[in-house]
Amino acid sequence: MAIFLDETTKVVVQGLTGKQGQFYGLRNRTYGTNIVAGVNPKKAGTDVEGIPIYATVKDTIEKEGAEAAFIIVPASVAADSIVEAADAGIKLIICVTEHIPAHDQARIYNWLKATHPNTRLIGPNCAGILSPGRANIGFTPTEVCKPGGPVGVVSRSGTLAYQALYELTVQNIGQTTCVGIGGDPVPGTSFIDVLEAFEQDAETGAIVMIGEIGGTAEEEAADYIKHHIKKPVVAYIAGMTAPPGKKMGHAGAIISGGKGTAAGKIEALQAAGVSVANNPTEIGGLVAKALGR
Amino acid sequence: MDLLEYQGKQYFARYGIPVSPGGVADTVDEAVAVAEKVGYPVVIKAQVQVGGRGKQGGIKLANNVDEVREHAHFILNLVIKDRHGNGYPVRRVWVEKASDIAEEYYASFTLDRSAKKHLGMLSARGGVDIEQVAATEPEAIAYIRVNPSEGLSEATCREWVQAANLNPKAEDGAVAILLSLYRCYTEGDAGLAEINPLILTPDGKVHALDAKVSLDDAAAYRHQEVWNAFEGLEPHDERERAAAEKDLQYVGLEGSVGIIANGAGLAMSTVDIVNQVGGKPANFLDIGGGANADRMVDALTVINDDENVQAIFINIFGGITRCDEIANGIVEAMQRVTLRAPLVVRLDGTNAVEGRAILQANQSDRLIMQPDMLTAAKKAVEIAAKN
Repeated sequence: MAIFLDETTKVVVQGLTGKQGQFYGLRNRTYGTNIVAGVNPKKAGTDVEGIPIYATVKDTIEKEGAEAAFIIVPASVAADSIVEAADAGIKLIICVTEHIPAHDQARIYNWLKATHPNTRLIGPNCAGILSPGRANIGFTPTEVCKPGGPVGVVSRSGTLAYQALYELTVQNIGQTTCVGIGGDPVPGTSFIDVLEAFEQDAETGAIVMIGEIGGTAEEEAADYIKHHIKKPVVAYIAGMTAPPGKKMGHAGAIISGGKGTAAGKIEALQAAGVSVANNPTEIGGLVAKALGR
Repeated sequence: MDLLEYQGKQYFARYGIPVSPGGVADTVDEAVAVAEKVGYPVVIKAQVQVGGRGKQGGIKLANNVDEVREHAHFILNLVIKDRHGNGYPVRRVWVEKASDIAEEYYASFTLDRSAKKHLGMLSARGGVDIEQVAATEPEAIAYIRVNPSEGLSEATCREWVQAANLNPKAEDGAVAILLSLYRCYTEGDAGLAEINPLILTPDGKVHALDAKVSLDDAAAYRHQEVWNAFEGLEPHDERERAAAEKDLQYVGLEGSVGIIANGAGLAMSTVDIVNQVGGKPANFLDIGGGANADRMVDALTVINDDENVQAIFINIFGGITRCDEIANGIVEAMQRVTLRAPLVVRLDGTNAVEGRAILQANQSDRLIMQPDMLTAAKKAVEIAAKN
């Protein structure tokens, strides 16, 4: 089993007619993702390499049965694209767009909770979601993953997730799903949401969680792990030595007012029984140990 | 982007928040001209991006033209230090009409990332460090969490003001200012909008005596005209300015190991590992996806211009951008940029074997390959220590 996404999930790409959208949309399709449509009101009726383009997300649901949306559009229209997908009835929205203003993120997050409580938004500013051997939505390189489980990966950072997949693969350990929750201040899906799904997934036997400085999501996850997660968790936190008050590449990666330090997060995770790697390379070995290999 | 006080006040004024009349001055004569215009007494305030300026003599009251000359001269020659001892030379002062103060309050809006709501903080204990108040007198702060998709109503705002136990005379004025501050924060795309102190004057008026505003760079596209006026004065790190021009995610640090990595997470991790093995990173640099020769040239140029750099650690995890493309980019970049410091490279991920073979063929004492992050970090730190 994989969580959230598999090869049967019918995906519409909002932004398929753009350069990036086309590159990643087609790449994802080649991997096995069931991409059924694209959206662009000005290009409705045309196609991208055989994928039909419709004017609205609603049309893609009616005509193609779209269930999930891959949003890869400029930041200035990303919030509207999320609203369109949710209002049309899409239940899984993956938004990889970076630089959506923080207030738009907060507004969308609360609006979704209030009006579409069963819609899951992953991102924004995330690498996407990959269920190895099944389907991929977003940027994650499938070259470094290994199908078959039993490890679930969840990460704020894209590259560190890729490296975690690689470290597991070189240890001959497969993965069930890798979820990029993104580096922004208000992610649609939290560590806790993904941890909960992995805990319930029969094929997932261990979880890798990769966090970074800024906010308190890792501390909240640690508390959740302590009380609700029975599967072994291996974590890594980036930004141990980051200077306070500086945004480290991601909009959400900032230590402000003494809060959001890596040390605090590592301490919380260790107190919850999580093994914390000193560097990304160590992740593979720690997981192997947790799985008794 | 963090605004200077006077820029924050200009921003406040756009949303109808009352501030004192005043003006900016870069010279003593300009300060005098502003003072003569707004009338004495005036307050002269250093405009720097760092707290604690008052204690370092950066804020002074002047009752007449001679005092304006004396204090403006003094402040314009000050170097304000932050907690880490970094100095910020004062290049500009804000001169405003002095206010009579009956009471000092604190008010702010920021994002509560945990609750995913806007967090308002209001306190009758203003004019001091609010974190100190939060630590010693938490009950002195009234908090409000506003649902961003609902907004702040006048009734809710009034209840919040009442909960903060301000002087009843200040209630109406505070409600009006807080509603305006909320608009400034939300419509103005601020990450932080803070007034400390918010004052009550003896004649019952409420207004902002200071302004701390941080703008969300991601929203710049919808505020171009107004925000463009704020750029340029900020005392950026020269290296950060050069990197921003090349569209690289760069943070200047103080050490001798230059760092290039792909992805913000890996770049943070690289800074960590250099520190862990006893080195000092010169910077954080995320070269992003698609690290081709042009990007590599840009990144190496920025790092090469940093005179502290004694070794450069390139830490790449190839994903969709393959390691062989990256290796070719590095080799080409080395031909285009004359590097002062040797490169230590770690390549992993997609096509790492091919990438390493390309580097192997070009290996020298200026281009050193290492098999993993840890040994590469150690090598870079060792070289930096020797040079």
